[in-house]
Amino acid sequence: MIELSWLLIAAPLLSAAVLIGLGRRADRWGHWLGVAASTVALVVGAGALIETLGREAHERAQNVHLFTFIPGGELTVEAGLAVDPLSLTFVMLITFVGTLIHVYSVAYMEHDARRRVFFAYLNLFIAAMLLLVLADSYLLLFIGWEGVGLASYLLIGFWNHKPEYATAANKAFIVNRVGDMGLILAMALMFAHFGSLSFSEVNAGAAAASPATLTAIGLALLLAATGKSAQFPLQSWLGDAMAGPTPVSALIHAATMVTAGVYLIVRSAAIFDGAPDARLAVAIIGAITLLMGAIIGTAKDDIKKALAASTMSQIGYMMLAAGLGPIGYGFAIFHLLTHGFFKAGMFLGAGSVMHAMQDQVDMRRFGALRGLMVITWATFGLGWLAILGVPPFSGFWSKDKIIEAAFVGEGWQPWVLGGAALLGAGITAFYMSRLFFMTFHGRRRWTEGQHPHESPWLMTAPMIVLAVGSAFLGWFLATGDRFTTWLEPVTGHAEHHDPVLAVPVIVTLTLVLVVLGAALAWWMYIHHDVAEEAPAPSIPVLAARNDLFQDSVNRALFERPGRHLTRTLVYADAAVVDGAVNANAAGISKLGEALRKTSTGNVRSYALLMFLGVVIVTAIALLGVR
Amino acid sequence: MIEPWLFWIIVVVTVVPALALLFARKPVHIAMAVVLVMVGLAVAYVSLEAPFLGVVQIVVYTGAVMMLFVFVLMLVGVDQRENLKETIRGQKWVGLALAIGVALLLAGVISRTAITAQDRPAPAAPEDIAAALFSRYVIVVEALAFVLITAAVGALVLTYVPRLKPRATQKELQAARIAAGADPVNKPMPGVYARHNALDAPALDPQGRPIEDSVSRVLEIRHQTKDGEEYRFAMQRMRRELGIEDGPIDDGRMGDGPDAPDRDGEGRA
Amino acid sequence: MSPMAFVYLAAVLFSIGAATVMLRRNAIIAFMGVELMLNAANLAFVAFARLHGTIDGQIMAFFVMVIAAAEVVVGLAIIIALFRARQTISLDEPAELKG
Repeated sequence: MIELSWLLIAAPLLSAAVLIGLGRRADRWGHWLGVAASTVALVVGAGALIETLGREAHERAQNVHLFTFIPGGELTVEAGLAVDPLSLTFVMLITFVGTLIHVYSVAYMEHDARRRVFFAYLNLFIAAMLLLVLADSYLLLFIGWEGVGLASYLLIGFWNHKPEYATAANKAFIVNRVGDMGLILAMALMFAHFGSLSFSEVNAGAAAASPATLTAIGLALLLAATGKSAQFPLQSWLGDAMAGPTPVSALIHAATMVTAGVYLIVRSAAIFDGAPDARLAVAIIGAITLLMGAIIGTAKDDIKKALAASTMSQIGYMMLAAGLGPIGYGFAIFHLLTHGFFKAGMFLGAGSVMHAMQDQVDMRRFGALRGLMVITWATFGLGWLAILGVPPFSGFWSKDKIIEAAFVGEGWQPWVLGGAALLGAGITAFYMSRLFFMTFHGRRRWTEGQHPHESPWLMTAPMIVLAVGSAFLGWFLATGDRFTTWLEPVTGHAEHHDPVLAVPVIVTLTLVLVVLGAALAWWMYIHHDVAEEAPAPSIPVLAARNDLFQDSVNRALFERPGRHLTRTLVYADAAVVDGAVNANAAGISKLGEALRKTSTGNVRSYALLMFLGVVIVTAIALLGVR
Repeated sequence: MIEPWLFWIIVVVTVVPALALLFARKPVHIAMAVVLVMVGLAVAYVSLEAPFLGVVQIVVYTGAVMMLFVFVLMLVGVDQRENLKETIRGQKWVGLALAIGVALLLAGVISRTAITAQDRPAPAAPEDIAAALFSRYVIVVEALAFVLITAAVGALVLTYVPRLKPRATQKELQAARIAAGADPVNKPMPGVYARHNALDAPALDPQGRPIEDSVSRVLEIRHQTKDGEEYRFAMQRMRRELGIEDGPIDDGRMGDGPDAPDRDGEGRA
Repeated sequence: MSPMAFVYLAAVLFSIGAATVMLRRNAIIAFMGVELMLNAANLAFVAFARLHGTIDGQIMAFFVMVIAAAEVVVGLAIIIALFRARQTISLDEPAELKG
């Protein structure tokens, strides 16, 4: 099955092409084709997984050569797929969660006239994301990287008849582009120093390169990862990306695309091995973002935006883990996997609630939905417990390991990073509980004419499957270090170090903070009533409501100077460049005008000029000759 | 080789009239000056042992070319007086400067040459010239013949005025004249009939008054006409001088003029 | 006196002829200046023929005379045609090439 792994990319891509190409004729059955394509990818991926599991550990990293991409003599670029534990993990996540969301979308987008196009875009996304994780070179990865960016743009702006949604799509694309510059820069540096872009050759070259080079490449890769994964400083697009339909938010902006940055960092482990400063930068970015996301999440009343802030924060955890070195890689991917399940599940649940409440998103107008939407409540609840890190659910296994790993090290590092992770856990507990309680508990704060009901089974079935994953996947993969061992052929074996605080202490502290956070949320939002209008904010709440003023900062730091720069350049171009050219032309015109004066029409002045010429030529010819 | 005095005469005879080209006002004066220059140059040729060329210079240049110039001057307007004031700004000074400049330039170049003169000139009799023309330069001669023919035809073409209407007959011309109010009778010939036929005396009409049309306008402008007074009482004067009595014919009736004495008191016829 | 003196004379006559062309407004006078220039060249030719002791210079002067005659014919015909069109032979009058 591994030789057929090209089908993983080809099937969804072909389906997308068919759905777009056939047009309205495919409207009645197009969505099922989309689901089928995703299922095919799932089956092939599962087959490849089983085959890889059947091999010995040292044989698990396989390369499937596809074709020669650029046959250019010395600059020949081969296209191939790297089928190893890391990519297979992602393949399973993408295809499994992806197929479930495809099924969910059949019902969610039932009343949309462009449902077929939606599925075409979803398939395009699946194909691009699979290309990204299966690529065996940075060049193919970049193609997939750009492809998911495109799909994200198309899907966020799916309802582009609303100008704000179209603007949100633009914002996502543009901020991503800034990150892409980092990836291009990194690829250029790699090519310049290692002469190739394939993982094997880059990794081989990285062992021998200078720390300065590797730090530069590492920081460029970090920039790319922050763009795609919505980390500080390129995090401003994620909140606005919630303008897209909820399945999009679930698939792309929770489970898969935003994790591509983490994938990139883990894949480039060899580079970061030689650049400890870059690695530390990764960890610090992760720590900053996890706190930032958590703080923003506490003040958001829009359910999707709160979940988006939560995603930002959780990916911060993954980045933090990836920035800790070999000990953190396994946990980063582990948390990525479990997060994919419970976050997607919660997004689908939010979609279910919005579907029931006629596309209302303000949590202040929810409340007391528990009895009316039991399945939604139950699945969402499991996801909630998972993200809190309550044992024995998934989140506990993955997140706690990250916090432990954060406390490993010397000097200020473990205390700052570990403390940030710990604090983040507490705030996460608070705002996720706030979200859960405001939506499902308390009194009814609905607007007029709401009749909430449970969603159809096409929507609830995927939610149930994901909830099961949220519940049991973590325990399953953590027992016996199954998962980290599985990843070892790619991430390398990590030495076990002891954290500066004893492990039981960390675990206990975490649980205490989680309980405190949840209790505070209960106190504020169940014991006290929830106001239907948002109350006047204090300064921290105001800052959090405004996404910590990220848009203002971007505008002041980049947009306005950029606009001024552009205006100056345009003016300079018009004045200097065009001015020079025009002055040149004008000068020649004036010269022509001046020369025109010799054409008086008078015969005698012509005779004079002619004679003058004769005299000059004669003088030169005769006197100049010795 | 050349006598100095001959050389200087040639210089004077050529340069001084040449300056007339620049300074004289009436075109005919200038034309005559140029003729003088040509003659001077012919003298120069002869003194340079080129007799054939000297004669050809007189015949062709002075005789043909300059006469052609004079003819055209007459055609165009001989009384055009040129205003020597220059119309184009700076033309006079720049022109003079250039001319003097080129003279100095050429003088400088010439002074740098070092050609020793041969003692004996080449034989330049017409036979020798003919021999050279029709042996070494025969092709040039043919080409020149072509050029001359072309020039003649060109002149014809340039001055040809195509006849747009058929030639008017004498009858039509006379009819036009009468219609314009001309006198149907011929203009009277000048001179007093039966007394003289001088061009400068006007004819008398039957009343004895002078007819102005009968004398050429040119003579009038030049004040070279006579009133014919002396011819009017010629017979009477002659008899008076001879002491003869007035005869029957000489009674003044045959053109004695209106102021003749009315001898028999019968009035003028 | 060496024949070279005649060459100097020819130079002087040439410059007088050139000045005439540039300074006189009457077309016929200017044309006479051109004739003077041609004659000056002829004089130079004949003087050089005498200097070198050959008759080639005289032949050349002869040819120049022929050409000058032809040129005068055509040039005067042009002046007559010009006069017929404009009733004047001033060289300042035709200024259609102005600008």
